[in-house]
Amino acid sequence: MHNPFVPILILAGLALLLGAGGLLASRVLGPQRYNKVKVDAYECGIQPTENARGTGRFPVKYYLVAMTFIVFDIEVVFLYPWAVAFSELAIFGLVAMIAFVVLITVPFVYEWRRGGLDWD
Amino acid sequence: MSPTTLLAQTAPAADFSNDTLGVMIGKAVAILLFLLLSVLFALWFERRLIGRMQQRLGPNVRGPLGLAQSIPDALKLLLKEDITVKGADKFIYLLAPLISVFSAFMVFAVIPFGPEARIPFTDIVTPLQLTDMPVAVLYFLGITALGVYGIVLGGWSSGSTYPLLGSVRSTAQVISYELSMSLALVSVLIVSGSMATSQIVAAQETTWWVFALLPAFVVYFISMVGEVNRLPFDLPEAEGELVGGFQTEYSSMKFAWYYLAEYINMLNVSAIMVTVFFGGWRAPWPLSQIGDGMLNEGWWPVLWFLLKLWTSMFVFVWLRGTLLRFRYDQFMRFGWKVLIPVALAWVVIVAVWQGLQQFTVIGTYDLRTWLFAGAGVLLAIALVLALLPEKGDKGEKPALAEHSDAARRQQVARTEGDQVEGEYFDAFAGGFPVPPMPGQKLPPSPRKVKVTTPAGDSSDAAQRSTAGTDPDDEAPDTKETHDG
Repeated sequence: MHNPFVPILILAGLALLLGAGGLLASRVLGPQRYNKVKVDAYECGIQPTENARGTGRFPVKYYLVAMTFIVFDIEVVFLYPWAVAFSELAIFGLVAMIAFVVLITVPFVYEWRRGGLDWD
Repeated sequence: MSPTTLLAQTAPAADFSNDTLGVMIGKAVAILLFLLLSVLFALWFERRLIGRMQQRLGPNVRGPLGLAQSIPDALKLLLKEDITVKGADKFIYLLAPLISVFSAFMVFAVIPFGPEARIPFTDIVTPLQLTDMPVAVLYFLGITALGVYGIVLGGWSSGSTYPLLGSVRSTAQVISYELSMSLALVSVLIVSGSMATSQIVAAQETTWWVFALLPAFVVYFISMVGEVNRLPFDLPEAEGELVGGFQTEYSSMKFAWYYLAEYINMLNVSAIMVTVFFGGWRAPWPLSQIGDGMLNEGWWPVLWFLLKLWTSMFVFVWLRGTLLRFRYDQFMRFGWKVLIPVALAWVVIVAVWQGLQQFTVIGTYDLRTWLFAGAGVLLAIALVLALLPEKGDKGEKPALAEHSDAARRQQVARTEGDQVEGEYFDAFAGGFPVPPMPGQKLPPSPRKVKVTTPAGDSSDAAQRSTAGTDPDDEAPDTKETHDG
């Protein structure tokens, strides 16, 4: 039987080859002139103050978005196979899925009302 | 129904069993070439079109109509110095653009360019598609999600502030819009009954899903613009705020790969849109009737596919030429409070509708009654929820009033004896300037106060007008109307 993932592996190999080849080519073809200022972090001309990696801070809101995302992503994961087998699962699938969507919607509405989706 | 028959139904419509290894490699190379050439063309296309939209010419020197302009641009990037910044995590810094470009290249593996066709000068008849599988749409979503890693890791590993901010913004943005995107596709899967792209195209023989599932299309379209970080959703780059966002610290070919990935991603989401909503390679309606579907066979479909693809690219450029960038809170609010609820509601509506069409005679239950009753209850709940006041609103208003009270007190203290009255917003109350919230008024500009107060500050005003470098000072009347 024809395996649909063989062509994908071929394309993946070629794409990686092309990507890595490009990086290598620029390494070889481009000039290499060391300059202390050039390799500093770019902060619009002022002296870079701290290392963003590890110590760089960003709003906690982003974590909240990621948490909510997980819930919905799982929902989507369940919705996909159901959508494909919609006719076969028939009324049982439909009722079960609507119940599932309602169950997910309740905490979503709760989060919305509690202001969890407000950015500021 | 047994699992095997289900598998047969959801399996791809196209038949790849005759593909030899050589054909597969040929198709893969063709896809890569197509993408690289398309990006070169897209760069010219965009610059040229944006030029026209802004009443200028755009690139028109290199090659006919400036078509060759992208080639020296690409070569220039290749020949630039490959800088690794001091604070970078070297391995990930190198890996990130590679992930980005890799995932961008991979999506077209499942895009059908056309039905079976004979490869010129040979006897090989093969579908004009690299491969297809029962989970092709899932594959597309997975690969797109993988592309986010390129952006996130690139911004994080640079060890610099602007790229870090760009990358966290990008994560939040892409995951938010990916949800509405994948929810929009669910209704297509319900009506197509398959995740294989060739099967989805086959299901659109009579009606394109864009007509049958318009709300899903609208949600998909908006989210796809958000997904590829294009204006009006280009917040991860936001050159006005974050310099270049996640790609600030990248140069040479690493930067080129990011740039390439951005344009290929535009092609990717457009191709998915065409495949899923616009009938894929099928000829548009009046043309599809000519000569018993003659234009849906052989190599013609590639033409229709490319036409649809580039129409979508045109819309991307058009949006960029027309719209302004969203503010971040507006953007997140739109994604979570509009797109996702609409997409979810649409999934339920389509499911219930399809249920009514398909499973009306089951057992002894009167199914329609139950479903309508259920839908009515859901609708009622949704209405009640929509009418309830938001908790955030209540909490926000007093806080605002308090803030502007404090602002006014400060304002009064500052402009003691001036004619300034009423509630004004002090932009500098927190120590740094912030824009006014809705309902707050900015005080009149100091310049205007000086011009309109005849007695108190006349010496000041005189001093200013003698210094007179600002043309606005010469025309106080027009300035006032601007402020109002």
